[in-house]
Amino acid sequence: MMKVKIHVTLRESVLDPQGTAVKSSLHALNYHEVQDVRIGKYLEVLIEPTERPIDDVVKEMCEKLLANTVIEDYEYEVEEAVTT
Amino acid sequence: MKFAVIVFPGSNCDIDMYHAIKDELGEEAEFVWHDTENLDGFDGILLPGGFSYGDYLRSGSIARFSSVMKEVVKAAEAGKPVLGVCNGFQILLEAGLLPGAMLRNKKLKFMCRTVGLRVENNDTMFTKNYEEGQMIQIPIAHGEGNYYCDDKTYNQLKDNGQIAFTYALENPNGSLGDIAGITNSKGNVLGMMPHPERAVDSLLGSADGLKLFQSIVKHWRDSNVITA
Repeated sequence: MMKVKIHVTLRESVLDPQGTAVKSSLHALNYHEVQDVRIGKYLEVLIEPTERPIDDVVKEMCEKLLANTVIEDYEYEVEEAVTT
Repeated sequence: MKFAVIVFPGSNCDIDMYHAIKDELGEEAEFVWHDTENLDGFDGILLPGGFSYGDYLRSGSIARFSSVMKEVVKAAEAGKPVLGVCNGFQILLEAGLLPGAMLRNKKLKFMCRTVGLRVENNDTMFTKNYEEGQMIQIPIAHGEGNYYCDDKTYNQLKDNGQIAFTYALENPNGSLGDIAGITNSKGNVLGMMPHPERAVDSLLGSADGLKLFQSIVKHWRDSNVITA
């Protein structure tokens, strides 16, 4: 079983009002070293590998449903899932 | 004229839409559940507002894969009028029937009040009963109505007259170019954040939305009913 960790964030070109609000809040707490904050989503998807390369499957899922590529970028990493 | 009011789990403006068609417009309407696989027999398709699938992941992203949406795409391709209001607009964007995407309102607040709209293009099947540049009052109620698209798409929308409505006095959500509603390039699919179905009787504060539905019916009669 593979665990896929997917991060979906707003594209650089798109304003992130939540991130901007959190950045001001961090500045108000005197963290003036903070340059930028972007807020996104984190998804963990457990996948039973098939003959199809897992990269193909994950990219397809992201493009179709998990991210809206008009406004969002995604990145992911694949790791062996720890079974308990 | 017979309208389908598509109902998804979490739709909550479906009854308003039905009321607007049936009682105020005086045409036929039927609720259609999201797993329906056939929309033959309907002359117009209405996607009402609400929070389909709880807005999980992104507004409209899950509803867009309902089986009825394949039929909505077919109806759009066949040239039938397809109107998406609020969450319905978001679903049409996610489905790719309209270009662009929706972001959270710029000030992150859910906005719920009546706003002024300008009719930017009255040469569409949805707006022909308005005057060009006419100011109308229609309520909004949304947290994600901040319309976004890239510059190329925006220029196309402008050049093709696809911007049907803009916010006139103030922009409540930060949408690009004050966009409140757009059509596809063919002009038979309209998505808009304001709720025309909530403005169909002066008792409701405004009857300005009724003309939108009357426009659809007029267009349909002109192209389908042969007068002797």
